[in-house]
Formats: sequence, C-alpha cells, structure tokens
Amino acid sequence: MASGVKSRVKLPRRVTAGEVIPIKTLITHRMESGQRVDEAGAVIPRAIIHRFTCHFEDEAVVDIEVHPGIATNPFFEFRARVPRSGVFRFAWYDDDGAVYTDSQAVEVV
Amino acid sequence: MEEDGPVEVTRRGTLMSGASLLLALGLPGALRAQDVTAEQAVAAFAGGAPLVPGGVSLRLDPVAEDGFKVPVVVAAEGAEALMIVAPRNPVPVIALARFGPLAVAPMLSTRMRLARTQEVMALARMADGTVRQVAQRVEVIVGGCGA
Repeated sequence: MASGVKSRVKLPRRVTAGEVIPIKTLITHRMESGQRVDEAGAVIPRAIIHRFTCHFEDEAVVDIEVHPGIATNPFFEFRARVPRSGVFRFAWYDDDGAVYTDSQAVEVV
Repeated sequence: MEEDGPVEVTRRGTLMSGASLLLALGLPGALRAQDVTAEQAVAAFAGGAPLVPGGVSLRLDPVAEDGFKVPVVVAAEGAEALMIVAPRNPVPVIALARFGPLAVAPMLSTRMRLARTQEVMALARMADGTVRQVAQRVEVIVGGCGA
C-alpha cells in the first residue's frame, strides 16, 4: 500500500427522500503515471488509483475506470438520488492491490 | 480506510494476485493502456454506434496554465457512461465512468493532466445505445508531462 493515503468524502448527512445530492470525493495519492523517467533515465513504474466506485447500500452509483491522466490526489464529483436512509460506500483501487474505503450514512428526514 | 483483515486465500484473491504479478512483469504489449490509441478507445466505447455531436456538455477552461491539474466537468442527461479523452496525451483515455440508476443527471467533475495543447473530447453513451460527442480545444501553457 502507498503510505499516507487519506480519503475525504463530502455529502449532506440529512436529505429529503428522492433528493439529488452532490457527492465530492478526494484521496491523497501521487498517481505516478508510468510516463516519467528518473535522473538515470529509467522509467518510474506506474503507481496509480485505477478504479473508483461508489455504492448506496447494494446499488452502484458510479464505477470509474481511472487512467494516468487523472491528476495527483484524484478528485471526483458526481450526483446521486437518495431513495431512503442508508450508507454511501466508497472504494479506491490502487495498482499495488490495496483498496482504500470510506463511507458515510445519510438520513432521509 | 484500508481493509486490513485476516489473510484469506480465495479463488478471486489468487486470480487477483496473478493479475498483479502480470502487471509487475509488464503486460504483453497488446494489453498495455499506452498502446490504446484515442481512436481505438473511442471505437470501443461507441461499440459501433455513430458519434452524434451534442447532447453532452464539456466544461473546460480554453486555456490551462498548469497542465498537471486541469478542472473538467462532463455531463449528459440520460447517459449510462461518460468518457473523457485527451488524444494527444501519452495515455489518451482520462477516465470512463459508468453510472447506476441512482446517478440521475449523470455528471463527472474531476481534475486531469494535459501533456500539450489539444482538443479534449467528451463522449456519452446513452441508455438507448446512441453515442454523443463534444470536443473543445485547450491551450496548455505548462504541459503536465508524464500525463
């Protein structure tokens, strides 16, 4: 696992039923593209987050194939309709096999 | 944040570690992302459907001072998938997002790397199989080399 990886998700905690909410996510990751060379001229191996997913309970909200063209500290914002109270779960898949997860509950009021 | 459970040997886990090993050894040329051209990626996304202009929005500054971090917003009403392509990047596909039913008003906002001045493309595959397309030229002042 890459060291010092921290994720942040931002979405409203209290919503009305059926409301469409913005969801912002961020994770600290250097996203080494695999295109750069070091001082000795050797290619620095690719080391990126290659997939990001968001689920509400069992339902997929978005599944993103992430390529090296995504900037350092990947940021994704998207929208989701909240049908009822439940938990949004987030997962970032690292090239090194690590999966970083985060979650946040939302309450329909 | 990281799942740090007990080590279990599963079929999936074994397959995954095999895949990681392949990655470490370097995949055969044909499978490397770098070898997928913008045209191939667009063709794979479209799945044979013609590209219809419009119906997808691409919000992007016409001038990017810093090619390492270029904000971009893509949205298309009724899309099941969105793709951002920078044809003159070493790896042209930036991201491909597939949306579930809860993602009404599909939209993706992110920050990308642009290696040089080019026409950035956004594509949307609609639920009925049609593919919409829009492109915008971005002048890149300092290229995000290594994109």
